[in-house]
Amino acid sequence: MTAVVVVCGVLLTIGAFLAVIRAEKGPSMLDRTIALDIVVTTMIAAVALYAAVNRRADVVPILVVLSLVGFVGSVTIARFASVEPEGEGRVRTREEIAAQEAERIDNEDVAEESRRSGRRTETDEHHGGGAEGEVRS
Amino acid sequence: MTTDQWTTVADVASAVCLLGGAFLAFAAGVGVLRFPDLLARMHAGTKPQVLGLILVLIGLALRLRSGGAVWALVLVAVFQMLTAPVAAHMVGRAGYRTGKVRSDLLVVDELTSDQERARVRDHGRAEDDDPRD
Amino acid sequence: MSLHPRRRRWHTQWATVVWLTVVWVFLWGDLTIGNILAGLLIALAVTAGLRMAPIDFHGRFRPVGVLRLVARFAADLVRASFEVSLIALRPRYVPRGAVIGVQLRSHSDLYLTLTAELASLVPGSLVVEAHRLTGMLYLHVLDVRQSGGIEAARQSVLDQEERVMRAFASDEELDAAGLGVRA
Repeated sequence: MTAVVVVCGVLLTIGAFLAVIRAEKGPSMLDRTIALDIVVTTMIAAVALYAAVNRRADVVPILVVLSLVGFVGSVTIARFASVEPEGEGRVRTREEIAAQEAERIDNEDVAEESRRSGRRTETDEHHGGGAEGEVRS
Repeated sequence: MTTDQWTTVADVASAVCLLGGAFLAFAAGVGVLRFPDLLARMHAGTKPQVLGLILVLIGLALRLRSGGAVWALVLVAVFQMLTAPVAAHMVGRAGYRTGKVRSDLLVVDELTSDQERARVRDHGRAEDDDPRD
Repeated sequence: MSLHPRRRRWHTQWATVVWLTVVWVFLWGDLTIGNILAGLLIALAVTAGLRMAPIDFHGRFRPVGVLRLVARFAADLVRASFEVSLIALRPRYVPRGAVIGVQLRSHSDLYLTLTAELASLVPGSLVVEAHRLTGMLYLHVLDVRQSGGIEAARQSVLDQEERVMRAFASDEELDAAGLGVRA
């Protein structure tokens, strides 16, 4: 029996691991939800394997709940899926993160500069007017 | 056969079922990694997975052999068979609507052509004809 | 309508109540009077509280048809899983998929749903889109070569629908779908 358990455990682990790789790679959210759905089902199989080996019947409610709830995640994501721009789901590399941070800091500096230089003219214009952004009919 | 022999037979059958179930779960994992596009990956997620689960549950039932928990396992199998196609269908439909399905990889794509035809027809006149005629 | 509206709703919902009670009893595992009564109470409360559209079931329950459906489905499920596993594990084999449209012949939601569910679980196909009003099912076929071609895949879905209808449909529905009543 132990040999059977070891082989089954190894198979289930490898299967779940490959599904997680797809969850990381998958170009869209939908690929990821399918992969995680497979992980959940593999979990159910693993819990059942444990219950079979130890002949415990009290973990069976876990199986029921997992099988009911396990698909809700993928259905919810599918229901609310919208068009993702290309490359949105990719994990950014370190250089890209650094480049984007530098760009953001540059933009903030430019905005700060323009705000500081334009402040004097802005106060002249707002004498007696409403607040900025107020809807005026 | 004595009860002891029945027990051994049940254990062996249970071991076979567990092995089969684990193998199918493994195949599902390999499939979801290897297949070329979204719709094919859904196949990997539905069919081997469901049968694998059923086999594992049969193995578990053979080990438990008595008690109320066995009936709950029947329920788990039924739920899984009811919900897996629904989840796959919704993911596939969402994939079509968000443009994640690449038509060039498919040999024949009748859904896209039918949708195109329906869109062309809707722009012309009101939709009140029965396509079955 | 001859029946009072509230009585009509109970009349069509009794199957749901029975099903929910069965689920409750299965969850508890023991077939005792207490479980059955509790199940009935909860089923009635759920059915009364959550209003869902009742399913119109005008058909008959044919035992031979149901047996044939279940046996064929079990065999197909086993075959499907091993076929997909074979495709997944065979090295350097890329499956060529296709999406086909199948016009179903029945006029009811129940048979459409049943056929779609069964067609998703058996070899080669997965339902991608279902147009309820026109009775059109769109399926994705995993490997065209393995299913024997596009027309063979379409025919297998129509066969599946025929098995479902022969298991559950009434004679009028069978005639309307163009399937003669088998002797």
